[in-house]
Amino acid sequence: MNKTSMSKTAILEIKDLHATAGGKEILRGINLTVYPGEVHAIMGPNGSGKSTLAQVIAGRDLYGVTSGEVLYEGDDLLTLAPEERAQRGIFLAFQYPVEIPGVSNLYFLKAALNAIRKRKGEPEVDAMDFLSLVRRKMALMEMEESLLNRAVNAGFSGGEKKRNEIFQMAVLEPRLAVLDETDSGLDIDALKIVSNGVNTLRGPDRAIVVVTHYQRLLNHIVPDYVHVLAQGRIVKSGGKSLALELEESGYAGIEELAEAVR
Amino acid sequence: MASQLSSIETLANQEYKWGFITDIEADTVPAGLNEDIIRLISARKNEPEFMLEWRLKAYRHWLTMEEPTWANIHYPPINYQEIIYYSAPKTNKDRPKSLDEVDPELLQTYEKLGIPLHEREALAGVAVDAVFDSVSVATTFKGKLSELGIIFCSFSEAVRDHPQLVKKYLGSVVPPSDNFFAALNAAVFTDGSFCYIPKGVRCPMELSTYFRINAKDTGQFERTLIVAEDGAHVSYLEGCTAPVRDENQLHAAVVELVALNNATIKYSTVQNWYPGDKEGKGGIYNFVTKRGKCLGANSKISWTQVETGSAITWKYPSCLLMGDNSVGEFYSVALTNNYQQADTGTKMIHMGRNTRSTIVSKGISAGRGQNTYRGAVKILKGAEGARNYSQCDSMLLGDKCGAHTFPYLEVKNTSSSVEHEASTSKIGEDQIFYCRQRGISTEDAVGMIVNGFCKEVFRELPMEFAVEAQKLLGVSLEGSVG
Repeated sequence: MNKTSMSKTAILEIKDLHATAGGKEILRGINLTVYPGEVHAIMGPNGSGKSTLAQVIAGRDLYGVTSGEVLYEGDDLLTLAPEERAQRGIFLAFQYPVEIPGVSNLYFLKAALNAIRKRKGEPEVDAMDFLSLVRRKMALMEMEESLLNRAVNAGFSGGEKKRNEIFQMAVLEPRLAVLDETDSGLDIDALKIVSNGVNTLRGPDRAIVVVTHYQRLLNHIVPDYVHVLAQGRIVKSGGKSLALELEESGYAGIEELAEAVR
Repeated sequence: MASQLSSIETLANQEYKWGFITDIEADTVPAGLNEDIIRLISARKNEPEFMLEWRLKAYRHWLTMEEPTWANIHYPPINYQEIIYYSAPKTNKDRPKSLDEVDPELLQTYEKLGIPLHEREALAGVAVDAVFDSVSVATTFKGKLSELGIIFCSFSEAVRDHPQLVKKYLGSVVPPSDNFFAALNAAVFTDGSFCYIPKGVRCPMELSTYFRINAKDTGQFERTLIVAEDGAHVSYLEGCTAPVRDENQLHAAVVELVALNNATIKYSTVQNWYPGDKEGKGGIYNFVTKRGKCLGANSKISWTQVETGSAITWKYPSCLLMGDNSVGEFYSVALTNNYQQADTGTKMIHMGRNTRSTIVSKGISAGRGQNTYRGAVKILKGAEGARNYSQCDSMLLGDKCGAHTFPYLEVKNTSSSVEHEASTSKIGEDQIFYCRQRGISTEDAVGMIVNGFCKEVFRELPMEFAVEAQKLLGVSLEGSVG
């Protein structure tokens, strides 16, 4: 942890978190602390629990937390409903963004923004202000404005869906963003645009957790910390160089390490 | 882990808000049906002889008919001898002459329902005829309309004051022998609305009827007749509510529309009869025959319905496209929740040349609701160049409900074209979670998705009705998604 962040309250503090899905233990004692201004990458092989961790933070109840603690801005996160977490500033960029036919992107995003504003005691966003905000963010993500009037993710290509996630994030300006495999399914041009969108959101009061299988995304979104997840635990943490090491050695050695710490 | 499922289920467990009972002395006839009862009803209404004869003929025909069983609905046999066929609030001996004479309790009922009965309180542009059990209570804006030659009054008044028009058009679209419930209605109908728009007149406001069943054990059998002369134009709205009762109540209405050359009739319904409780006890049997005749060339009849209430809905607002270039439209949202059943749709019968019809049906099933779309498109031999487009979409909330689609096509003219599209979708937990992760509550998410699903139909409704319809959907979505 760097010195400036030590004096602040952590945005996210996970202590010995255990979680199950369908009776099977997926997370087996996760510890992670994220301070404002930081970008953390969580890497690991398939099935290591990366996406589960992201979903548990967002409040998906397919997963049952059996023990441990998660604090968000110092408060117990696990008792909050998913929408309360979102309203308080947690954003999950989905690995598989969901299609909602019949509901336009614009309408959806406005409902989301207003829900967040309501929580803060702010009035509903002015229609003109909203439109200009949305246009600015669309330009950033190099998206066609016609997407606004299309139904949420309906008929979008895989890449468009991922881009739409980051566009939503840019509009909602969360305090904690969790990106779940946002790089999967993106070609190199789209990867750059998405990374650029994420990077513009980096700031001293915000934190980003990037979940990814591959290190290539981390060439564009350079993390402050890299954690390696295997068999439901963080088995190794380090700086950005750790991601490069993994790229060379693969996850094989990591599995052994996980066996060793069992 | 089932908490999300149950959160969606509890969402809608809101009670039926319109279920209050108004304590008013009523003038009723004994339960049961026979020729004496029909004579009694006719006498109470001071009807001319031709009406009594018409009723008796319908009744005698009804006796020879059997209740239809082809619809995808299930209910215990109805005992037609237990129903009270006439109930009127006992205010004055005659129908009140002005609002001041109307029972204050009745006026309060309408206030609770949000109907603008007092002219000065009326929503701008809506003229209301309110039917309470069997009689029309008051018709607003009558003076203003009559300046244009528009007749908008209760059916009883029309029989009394405009017998020639009634004689000419009554039963001309839905003859008494048409079907079991239409025959029953013809025999015992007690009131309803009558509307006549003279040649070339564009009705300057929406005309509206509000129906309410109040008395216990009564059926409501109203009849609506709308005639639009050459070049006339009218938009008509109807709304319906009923108090909470444990017994099922029968509502068998008939609506007839006649559009002459270049005339347009737009008919919108928001039906919110009491649907029964969560276990399926009580509720209205809504067995209705609605049909419009595009008699003249270039005429147009457009039906829009939002059906959220009733234990059982059985209705098929239809168009007979007789005039060349005439247009028929049917836009429908039908929602069934808990144990509600709906078998609804339309018939478009193309007879004239270049006739066109559009059908957009949105069925939403939740709880243990069963929702059936049944539609027929017939293109007869003479209907050169006729076109139809049909779209039937079903949405399922949960896994205990059902959606069924029965489209019938009959094409006897090779120059015509018929298109049919259908889809079924389900509101999934993934969609709900996605919305919640963006800060939107489950309730708002379901409302947003369902309203999005229905928007093609809602945009056909007049503004104030569209708002009411959206709210109703929210309230009616009780215990959904699984």
